[in-house]
This record gives sequence, structure tokens and C-alpha cells, in this order.
Amino acid sequence: MTDNGGMLAMVGDVLPEIALVLGGVIVLIYALFAGPKRQVGAAVLALVTTAVATALTLAMLDREQGLTFFDTYARDATAAWARLIILGATAVTIALSVPWFRRDPRHGEYYTILLYSALGAALLAGATDLKEFLVAMLLSSATGFIMSAYHRRSSPAAEAAMKYYLIGALANSAMLMGVAILFGLAGGTTLAALSAGLPATGGIAAVIAVGLVIVGLAFKLGAVPAHAWVPDVAQGAPAPVAAFVTAVPKVGAFVFLARFVLALPPGSLGWEVLIAVIAAATMTLGNLACLWQDDFRRLLGWSAVSQAGYGLMAIVALGQSDLAIPALLFFLIAYVPGNLAAFGAVVELRGRTAITDYAGLARARPGLAGSILLSFLSFIGVPPLSGFVAKLLLFLVAIQVGYTWLAVVAAINTVVSIFYYVRVLAPIYFGELPGPVAVLGRSAGWATFVSAGALVVVGVLAEPFMAAFAGAQLVIK
Amino acid sequence: MLTAAIFIPIAAALVLAILPRTGRGAPAERQLRLAAVVASAVPLALIVATWFRFTGTGGFELVESVDWIPTLGIAYRVGVDGLSLPLAAMTAILFVVSIAYPVDFRGRAIPYLALMLFLEGVSIGLFLALDLFLFFVFWDVSLVAMYFLIGAWGHGDAQRSALKFFIYTFAGSLPLLLAILGIYLATEPRTFDIAEIIRQQPLAAGGLYAILVFWGFFIGFAIKTPIVPVHTWLPPAHVDAPGPASAILAGVLLKMGTYGFVRILMAMLPGLWAEYALPIGIIGAVSIVYGALVALAQTNLKRLIAYTSVNHMGYVMLGLAAAGAAVTGQEAAQAIALTGATVEMVAHGLITGALFLISGSILARGGTYEIDAYGGLLGRVRSLTGLTALMAFASLGLPGLAGFVAEVQIFAGTLAIYPALAVIALLGIVLTAGLFLRMLGRVFLGALPERWRAFPDLTRTESMALGALGVFVVLIGVIPGWLLGVIDSFAGPFVGRP
Repeated sequence: MTDNGGMLAMVGDVLPEIALVLGGVIVLIYALFAGPKRQVGAAVLALVTTAVATALTLAMLDREQGLTFFDTYARDATAAWARLIILGATAVTIALSVPWFRRDPRHGEYYTILLYSALGAALLAGATDLKEFLVAMLLSSATGFIMSAYHRRSSPAAEAAMKYYLIGALANSAMLMGVAILFGLAGGTTLAALSAGLPATGGIAAVIAVGLVIVGLAFKLGAVPAHAWVPDVAQGAPAPVAAFVTAVPKVGAFVFLARFVLALPPGSLGWEVLIAVIAAATMTLGNLACLWQDDFRRLLGWSAVSQAGYGLMAIVALGQSDLAIPALLFFLIAYVPGNLAAFGAVVELRGRTAITDYAGLARARPGLAGSILLSFLSFIGVPPLSGFVAKLLLFLVAIQVGYTWLAVVAAINTVVSIFYYVRVLAPIYFGELPGPVAVLGRSAGWATFVSAGALVVVGVLAEPFMAAFAGAQLVIK
Repeated sequence: MLTAAIFIPIAAALVLAILPRTGRGAPAERQLRLAAVVASAVPLALIVATWFRFTGTGGFELVESVDWIPTLGIAYRVGVDGLSLPLAAMTAILFVVSIAYPVDFRGRAIPYLALMLFLEGVSIGLFLALDLFLFFVFWDVSLVAMYFLIGAWGHGDAQRSALKFFIYTFAGSLPLLLAILGIYLATEPRTFDIAEIIRQQPLAAGGLYAILVFWGFFIGFAIKTPIVPVHTWLPPAHVDAPGPASAILAGVLLKMGTYGFVRILMAMLPGLWAEYALPIGIIGAVSIVYGALVALAQTNLKRLIAYTSVNHMGYVMLGLAAAGAAVTGQEAAQAIALTGATVEMVAHGLITGALFLISGSILARGGTYEIDAYGGLLGRVRSLTGLTALMAFASLGLPGLAGFVAEVQIFAGTLAIYPALAVIALLGIVLTAGLFLRMLGRVFLGALPERWRAFPDLTRTESMALGALGVFVVLIGVIPGWLLGVIDSFAGPFVGRP
């Protein structure tokens, strides 16, 4: 495999990633030389980059699934679909960012950071090697910190970014230690080596190492115990960035977590129980924190936490249910647009925060109110939206592998969640409008509507996605 | 044809939703209502045509099916049998009447009419669905539409009642979803096809798993029906909803629960239903007596009618318990009980729907639901008095009207299976008769208070709408054969009558 032809073939496996790297460089160079009024061109270039990467990924969908680059990177359909979700969400985020940053005379470089953050998430989804995983995590984290603090004179943004950074630093160092221990135990860093080399009986060192890696991933997922940054970032970071970092890194982290647990010796380390407990704690905590929340953006943040808890149900079922991977992918393809639609409405409404500021929105801006409605109904799991199919699959796999209690906890949490979602929707639809509603610009509105429309389309026309996801594998060796 | 009955009103709702609300192009409320009534009558016409094509030779007829998510065994499947056809017909009638019925739009006619039309398509779809996934889709969507109807056009503490309704009934739909998934996982090959699951009987062996699935279904349907003690969402939702929405809520949405009991729970888990039939019958009897007693204590007209719904749903449950009980040699009685329960679903929909529409009219004229605020209206408002009396007598089971046909069959059937429960249930009849007569007396007899001297009678639209329901109530009461024949084509084979 070391001859030139083999090398070239391997490069062909990572063309979308290369496109993101090159696109980021081009955007940066453009931003350096373009005047303040032309910075928006950087957004166009970034959008073109995501389009190219998407096209390259689509071309790879039907290929034989396997590993590449000496077992360090997966080229399976799961990674490809994760990449498509990441790229779509990135494109939506770019459209949301254009009107938001328009007044900033030097914001072209922001799009480079955004593209590299997407690249970090995409690498995470494909990584089958712990070193690769570290690089992807750090790339995704570092870019996230910068984007969160992009409004450097805004104290809420600075506070959010600081909290994001500190929790991230802690979680990332835990993960680093975990990886080091696993390397020592298994004698290799690829997941294939981990799978072969880890003692089947577990042992205390392995248990601790696995726990540390999961803590690192929990940070990216916004799951317990490293979830505390999510509401602050949702509230304080620039709204388009909040939309991005509460959704896109999760995609990569979920897929890597899935690969990681599949590499562990089955049934010995008790990871299923650990993930199930984290899932239950995450959805419950996120929900309880939402209950009396009067800040719309904090509510979205906490709701993002609880949604991560639902998604973890698919991880619990991995390896035992043939529907676990479809459940995970369907959850991601339902959750990410839902999150973007809700945050998109916030962006379009110039980032307003208090719930009371949304009263009467349905009369003034029926489209934005409808986007929030669809997003929340999808989060609750009302058919025929995609969130319903996702929840149905998550419940299904949990029951299938004997974790009925987890499905029941999720069902109870769903009922609880209606309360706070409706607490927001009721004033939007039944309240009186306090005054005129100013909006940002066309591109943010369209991005919001596209995201909300995706909830309906993917929900009603679920079959093509289900058929594709049913054939998706998670290759680790 | 059935598909058109479901989706034409939904399409009409979408068309309405994109119409201009204000400005020169905006249509007048009268035109909008007329258009909505026409759209809502299309499903009725289609279902009447279906009625004539229906042969009643057993099984599902006129089935239309298209693959939807074949990877999971989900398809769009609709069809009719002797159980779903009468309920779908009742739904279509009640929606036409309710949409035609005058209501205060509060300046938002378009969303109101669009939601009603949408709800019509969804409700008919639920009764025609032959796929558990599709059934659940319609089940949940109906909740959302009703939530907005109550919240936006209700009165009193409407938003709170709407929220309570939404959370409570959604809490019921999640056990239902888990139960659906439970039975789905037991099928081989996996399918959501209702007919196929009934044929497979995947959980016939029993065991803890089957019992959990059973109670999941039971809780889900019990909350919707509702039966005591999970009925507490019903009174506030009914009282605070606008008249036509209460009519739909009582007439159609409650039937989704009882229909689910028969279509899904009794058909898919007959063994467990037979095992629990006696406790279920007792719950039914308790609902009958409790509903009647609480209704008797009400001073609020709408709350009174709401509690009689609890009472009437008790009759249905009692009939279903008798129909599914584990007895042999009583198949004829069980078929009568099941037919009676189904007729009760139809009759209650028409009668209670009409009563809720009437209470909406009374509120619009008098500004209050308090029974004691009225009196002596008999001499003043002839149509209102006549139609209210007709519906009240029908509700208390006067012979010659629809309620009697239902209740006499339920009692006849139950008497053979659970004589003690039938006797207790008779007590409920006496109580309902008393409370309706008392209500009629206090509102329409006695001296007319000074402030109601100018109390207006029903408008022509209102009289015609209620009259249409009255025609069916009398028709079922006097010549029930056309309805009973259709229902019996389902009920006989269902209980295994030779």
C-alpha cells in the first residue's frame, strides 16, 4: 500500500476534507486582501467550499465501506452521512452569519474558522485512531472557543467563551489522559488495535481510561457531566455561532463515540450501563433546567442538552440492534435542522433573548413563528416531523436491547418537555404584539425556513434516508 | 376514494392558510366559511358513497395502500369495516355541522377554519388507518390542532386548559407509542400493518412483556376516552374550548380512545383483554355512576355536559368488557354488547356534539354557563328549547332516539355476562335522566328573568345545523337497521359468533 498509486487512492478517500482545508485557506487569503465592504465575499467562497465538499461526499456514498490511511480513518457511509449533515449545517450557519456580522469590517476570517470547525467535526466522524481523534477534538474545540468569543467586547460572549474554554480544557485533558492509558494498555492507538489489544476482562485502568475518554466526548456532546457550557454559549455567543456549536460538533462526537464503544471488548467494561446512565441524567437535567427558563436562548441551550441525552439511547443499543446506526443517524438528521431552525429564528430576530419578547410573533412574522413551532414540535417528537421518526427509532432500539427503563425515562422526559416548549409557543401564538418586529436580512430568514422545511420533508419522506442508513456501517477494523 | 376523504380537507386547510389575511385581496368571513363548509362536505359525500359500496362481508374493504417506509414495515394503508365506517361517517357529519356553526372568530377566521378542516382530515384518517404508524401520526397531530383551537379561540382560562389537555393527552400517547413499538418488535416479519398484526397475534403467548404492552395501550386509550380516574383533563378543556371545538373534542376525539380499544387492544391482545375484562367492566361501571353523580352536582351547563361524557364513555367500556369477556356460549350476547358500544360511540358523538354546540349558542347570548342564571326560556325561544330538549332526551336514553338503541343493547349484552354490573349501570341511567330533566327545568321552565326578555332564538344556520344532527339522532332511534347491519358485520365475526 505504500506505492504511489495506493497513496493517491487514499488521498481520494479524503477529498471532501481536503476541499475544506483548501477552501479555508482561500477564504483567509481573500479576507486579508478584500476591503471592509467586500468581506461578504468570504461568505460566498465558504459557501462554495461547503458545496464542493458536499458534492465530493455525495460521490463517495455508494463506495465500498472500509478503512483508509493505514486503519486510521473510516470511509464508511456513516461517516459520509455525518459529513453531509455537518456540511449542510455549516452552509446554513454561513447564511445565518452573513447579516449578523455585516457591520464587522474584518469578519472574513471568521468563515475560515467556521470551515475548520466543520472540518474538526468531520474528522471526528471519520476518525478510527485515537491520535486522529485528539487532533479532531482539539481542532473542533479551539475553533469553537474563538467563534464564541468573536464579539470580544461583549461581556456575555466573553463569559460564555471563558466557561466554554475552561470546561473544554478540563475535558480535553481528561480525554488526553484516557487516550494515553489506552495506548499503554492496548499497545496501539488505532481502534483496531484497541479492539484486539485491550484485555477482555477489563480491569480498573481500562475502566478509568474509557471513562475519561467518554468525559471528553461528553463535552462535545453537551452531555452530563461536561454540559455546563451549553446554556452559557447559547445565550452569550453570537447567535449563529451558538446555532453551530450546539449542533455540529455533536454530530462528529456522536459518531466517534459510537466507533469507540464498538471497539471495546463487548460486555466487560459496562459501558452500556454507563452510557445509559449518562443518557438518562442528561435528558432529565436538561429538561429540569428548562422548566422555568425565561431566557429563550438559554432554554434552547438546555434543550440541546436534553436532546443529546435522547441521542445517547442509540449508542446504548450499538452492536446489539441492527437499527442502532439508523437511529443515531436519523436522530442527527432530525436534531441538527431543528436546532438550526430555532436558533435561526433568534438570529433573524436580532438575537432577542427574553421569552416575553416573542409574544405575538405569529401575527407579525408567521414564517419565523412557524419555524420555531416546527422546531419545537420536532424536538417533542410530534409526527410527521423528522423528530418523531428519530424518537420512534430511539425508543425502538432501547426496548429492543432490553433498556425499556431508559425508553420510559425518555418518554416521561418528553412529557415534561412539552411544558416548557409550550410555555414559549403559547405567547408566540396567543399573545399580543408589543411593537414592531425588526429582522436582520433575507439570507438568515431563508436559512431558517430551509432548516424548518427539512424537518417536514425528512419526516414525511423518511424512506430514502432509512434505506440509506440501514446500509450504513461503522467500520473500525 | 378514502384517501381523498382524508386529504381533501387537509389540502383545503393548506390553501386557506396561504390566503392573504388583510388588504384588498382578503376574502370576507362569510365567503371563507362557505368555502370551508363545502370543503368539509366533500369527505361526507365520499363516505356516503363508500357506505353504498360497502358489502359487509367481513374484513377490511376498499383498502388503499402505498409503501411509505418499507425498511421499517410502514405503509400508508386505509380501509373500512363495520366499526370504522360508522365512526368515520359520524366524524364527517359532525365536522360539517361544527364548521358551519357560528362562532366568534376573534378576527382570525382563516386560521380557525384551516385548523378545523385540518382536524377533520386527520380525524377521518385516524378511523380509516390500517397501519399503527399512520394511526399514531393522526393520533398525535389531532392533539396539536385541538391545542391551538382551545388556546386561541377558547374563553376563561383557555391557555391553561389547553396546556393541561395537551400535556395530559400527550402523556397518554407516549405509553401508546411504547406499546406500539413493543408489539411491532414481536411481529415476524416486522410490520405496523394492523390487519397483519391481528392475523399474527404476536403476543398470544402472554408473559410480562405482553402485559406491559397491554397496559401501555390501555393507559393511552383510557386517558383519551377518558375513563375514571384519568378523566381530569376533560372538564376544563371542554368548558374553556369554543363550542364547535368542544363538540369535536367530545364527539370525535374521545371516540379515538374507544375506537383504539376495539381496533387495537381487543383485536391484538384478546387473551389479556378477556383476563382483565371484569376489572375493566368495573371501571366502566364506576365511570358511569361517578360521571352521573358529578354531573348532577354541576351548576355550570357545559361542565355538566362534559361529565355526562364520562358517564357515556363508561357505557362503552362496560359494553367492551362484556364483549371481550372469557365466556363461551354467549357469543350472541357479546355481539349485542359490542354493537351497542359502537352505536353508543356514534350516538354520543352526534348528541353530545349537538349539546356542546347548543351551550356555545347559549353562552353567546347569555354570557354565562351558569344554569341558575337562566329560566323560563321556553316561551321565548322555541327552536332552542325544542332542539335542546331533543338532544337531552336522546342523551338520557329516551326510546325512539339514538341513545336508547345504544344503551339497551349494551345492557342486554352485559346482563348475560356481568348481571351485577348491568344493574349498577342502570342506576346511572336513572341519575342521567334526573340531571337532564333538572337542567331542562331550570333553564327553560319557570319564570323568565327580566334581563332575558330579548333573548334571541337560534339563527337559521344554527337551527339547520342542529336539526341535521337531530335527523340522524331520530333516524338511528326509529329505524336503526341500516346502522346496526353495518356494525354487526364487524361485531359478529369479532366475538366469534357462529
